[in-house]
Amino acid sequence: MDKREVSKDDGLDRRVVVARLMAECADALVVAGLGSAGYDLFAAGDRSLNFYLWGAMGGAAAIGLGLALAQPQRPVLVLTGDGEQLMGIGALATIGVQQPRNLTVVVLDNAHFGETGMQRSHTAMGVSLVGVAAACGFDWTVDIDEESAIAPLATRLEAMQGCGLARIRVRAEEVPRALPPRDGVFLKTRFRAALGFPTI
Amino acid sequence: MTDWQDRLFDVLKANRIRQVAFVPDAGHARLIERAESDPDLRAVVLTTEEEGVALVCGAWLGGERAVLLMQSSGVGNCVNMFSLLSNCRFPFLALITMRGEWAEFNPWQVPMAKATPVVLESMGITVFRVTEAKDVVDTVQSAAELAFGSDQAVAVLLSQRLIGRKTWISEK
Repeated sequence: MDKREVSKDDGLDRRVVVARLMAECADALVVAGLGSAGYDLFAAGDRSLNFYLWGAMGGAAAIGLGLALAQPQRPVLVLTGDGEQLMGIGALATIGVQQPRNLTVVVLDNAHFGETGMQRSHTAMGVSLVGVAAACGFDWTVDIDEESAIAPLATRLEAMQGCGLARIRVRAEEVPRALPPRDGVFLKTRFRAALGFPTI
Repeated sequence: MTDWQDRLFDVLKANRIRQVAFVPDAGHARLIERAESDPDLRAVVLTTEEEGVALVCGAWLGGERAVLLMQSSGVGNCVNMFSLLSNCRFPFLALITMRGEWAEFNPWQVPMAKATPVVLESMGITVFRVTEAKDVVDTVQSAAELAFGSDQAVAVLLSQRLIGRKTWISEK
């Protein structure tokens, strides 16, 4: 029944990819989906304008949408995995309707549920999140399987010329855990403070 | 019904709400229409209510206030996403029209109607209920103050009695 066989060994090194992306996106407001995407973001260097999720699976893209609408002058990056984005697949339709020019969703696609034992996900069996985003009316989509495409992706993200989704093929491998803070109130408060908003 | 709905819209505006996320309900129709035609508001139609929970948290991270409109059946779609609210102590304001109670014709609405206040409270959300039109403005104003003034999650249930019977079969 598989439409496409995906080897666990195919793809880029997720830590290298995220480190390179973040090095080029100093201005971005970043929301990370739960699991490895958050660990990758933290490993690339913690910053106040990173908001890491430890739960609320499927919510990263919708949080990014609310943030992008509230902060139209700043680039917003949602960094998440294939499993997290699949759970929030409806949010791609909601984003496609709103078309925020400053929102980019980057899916680190290892085609597996890495946090729970590396079970294959839908993207290992023929589902294309790039195809879904394009069908939902995203302004641009890109499929990335070479490191040389990361710098141009960062440039596009920072240009804020339309909402986009990039799927980056990464290897399905266990990498050392790099655990971000899991105090949600702290993460919220420092994010808002960094944007100049008062706490309660 | 549009009279209290218009006053409700004015309350949201007066409380500086900027994003209105919704899965439609007939009881919210006027509010949605007003939000969509107001250049200062962003109306966001959702595919499922849990997106709205996440969206209003994102809005707050970015310094904007948002409201979530849904009907009682949508509450069940949100449960895990509600964990954002207590974990991060996000302010949250939801206006929920009740189905499955007063003069309901559709039995499929009833189980979630019974569960709605229980589910909300079990996830740490404060529940206010409005049964009469004269109380709508004051209740929603109080809910907004509690939510945005004290970083609390608050849901206002708008009773089916307030919204009125749904006409299923038109008489000829």
